[in-house]
Amino acid sequence: MSNCHCSAVEELFPGGQKKLVLVGNPNVGKSVFFGAWSGLYVEVSNFPGTTVEVMGGKAGSWSVYDTPGVYGVGSFNDEERVARDVILGADVVVNVVDSTHLERDLFLTLQVLDMGIPMVVALNFTDEAKANGIEIDLPALTRELGVEVIPCAAVQGKGIAEVLEAVERAVPGHPTPEVEKRVTALLDRIDMRPEALMVAEGDEVVALRHGVHLSGGEEGREAIYILRRERVNKLVDEVVKRPHGKGRVRDFIGRMCLEPVSGLLILAIMLLAAYQVVGVFVAGDIVAVTEGKIMQGLYEPWVIGTVSRWVSPESFLGAILIGEFGLFTMTVTYLFGLLLPLVAGFYVTLSLLEDSGYLPRLAAFVDRMMNGIGLNGRAIIPIILGFGCVQLGTITTRILGSHRERTIATAILNFVIPCSAQIGVITGMLAAIGGVYTAVYGASIFLCLVIVGTVMGKVVPGETTELLIDLPPMRIPRLGNIARKTVMRTFFFMKEALPWFAAGALGVSILLRTGVLAAWQTALSPLTQGWLGLPGEASTAFVMGMVRRDFGAAGLTSLSLSPWQTVVALVTMTLFVPCIASLMVLFKERGMKQGMYIWVSSWIIAFIAGGILARIVL
Amino acid sequence: MSLSELKKGQEAIVESIPEGDVRHQLLRFGIAPGTKVLCHARIPFGPIVLRFGGQEIAIGRGLAKSLKVRPGSLKKAE
Repeated sequence: MSNCHCSAVEELFPGGQKKLVLVGNPNVGKSVFFGAWSGLYVEVSNFPGTTVEVMGGKAGSWSVYDTPGVYGVGSFNDEERVARDVILGADVVVNVVDSTHLERDLFLTLQVLDMGIPMVVALNFTDEAKANGIEIDLPALTRELGVEVIPCAAVQGKGIAEVLEAVERAVPGHPTPEVEKRVTALLDRIDMRPEALMVAEGDEVVALRHGVHLSGGEEGREAIYILRRERVNKLVDEVVKRPHGKGRVRDFIGRMCLEPVSGLLILAIMLLAAYQVVGVFVAGDIVAVTEGKIMQGLYEPWVIGTVSRWVSPESFLGAILIGEFGLFTMTVTYLFGLLLPLVAGFYVTLSLLEDSGYLPRLAAFVDRMMNGIGLNGRAIIPIILGFGCVQLGTITTRILGSHRERTIATAILNFVIPCSAQIGVITGMLAAIGGVYTAVYGASIFLCLVIVGTVMGKVVPGETTELLIDLPPMRIPRLGNIARKTVMRTFFFMKEALPWFAAGALGVSILLRTGVLAAWQTALSPLTQGWLGLPGEASTAFVMGMVRRDFGAAGLTSLSLSPWQTVVALVTMTLFVPCIASLMVLFKERGMKQGMYIWVSSWIIAFIAGGILARIVL
Repeated sequence: MSLSELKKGQEAIVESIPEGDVRHQLLRFGIAPGTKVLCHARIPFGPIVLRFGGQEIAIGRGLAKSLKVRPGSLKKAE
């Protein structure tokens, strides 16, 4: 029992070094400290039993861990549980706080103080606080907390080295006296102070680990939280001086994002800009070079030539390695020629939206609309991502508050949202047939979104959580941080996508070689001909669409279709099943059973919607 | 009155917060009984955006209905 608090962390990152843990609210710049200290050699692991990632690295004689951004630690969600367990195993905590947001950030600071873990406070964004006329009485804050407080402007590199230096002499600070009493009362049963605090706060998981029966946990948590909140408020009153009189530019912009008319206008501009960057520039111009010129033009002929020297391209092994869906041909081309630039482009856009402070305002702005389909405003984030790549969106549904919301959002992503690769092909085909047809396509998809969302909202059990979201100050994003985030996220995304996609490609190769794929195409053609009113060859496109969404759409371009047939085909293809890689992520995130439900349902929805549309227009 | 009834620009003092997880989340953000808040924006039919201290938070309409407040400023609308 005595070492149980470290076990999860030990398991993740074994080694006897002393543990330095970075803790802070979301978007306070923890990752900048982590990046600066640990350099490029970073390990990322899924924390046992969760989907939350913890990053580990080395800084001198320390093992450094970055935790998910949280407002407090406890057992409310996976992020908090992970942050809690990593903190409970810490030798020293570096708490990064935002100088412009101390009322919020000091709550977590005091929670760590109450744990009695040696700590250093990194007072970040001091440059910004100064620019906003916020004055912080550093000596008074240091005195009150009882730990070193170091002013930083991490993105400019200020204070980063000083904090690491201070870590060597870190001490536990002054806990909240009344909380201290409650913790001390538990120390006869729980010999570790940090754990004792969590139990005093009614954390059932930690209590269970120590075999302590918890009574009045809710009451304990409430009392401690109120005491801590009072102390934060008092502290902020004493040490923070804010200028009076508002109306600063960024306040104005922040408010504009929330007003109905200007909010809608800003949203439209943002979407258009994102579409221009990701949909047109990256998916079009850049991918034409990376996929077409580099991968298909140079890499594939080379790899086919090289492998053919040992393995005949006609053999079974040859088909698997360098065939149409080969592991060295299509898999590599798809991953690096198409997915990599798209995902990187998307992450740049997302990081810009995130760091600017726009995303939470957008979540608030669309909250009411999202309520209509059983979600809250937060769900706009995975859905926006889904337009880039459904896999990204599906993974990001983790941020949603309840099982019900994750299910609905995942279903919507996999049913209705076309990914950027597909959007590229679809816009090309729609542009060729023009206005009315495009409008009918758009309206059909939107109608399906509304119907699917409304039905899911009624059918999926559970509760939708209410929106409660912190709106950070609007900021001009820093390029360095955007670049760092993009590189990290893209790398980890690729790492996750690679094995799944390779497995999918392998499966298709085998189906192709064994003739199952051809049989499938034949079986499907009555449906495409009879029901959708499309030429028989369209069934090939649908089979391709199961592998990759844009393959499916691209497969339609070679057919001779009337404009209305094109609309029917495109609507059906948009609603059709997610690509193999997305399907794999879907299984991983939502389980085999739900994944299969979604996959089978998207067949049904796509063909019902396409068939109805065909009855109307053809 | 409930928080959802606040008008834009109106100040109020929080009187009570509903039980449950959301209560703890609000306490962490800095909203407790006695906190003085300003209704910074109201999104039509949607969330209420509060400003207090140096912070802004958006609260879904349903949740805002269950938070009780008492108007705490002289420059009340009406």
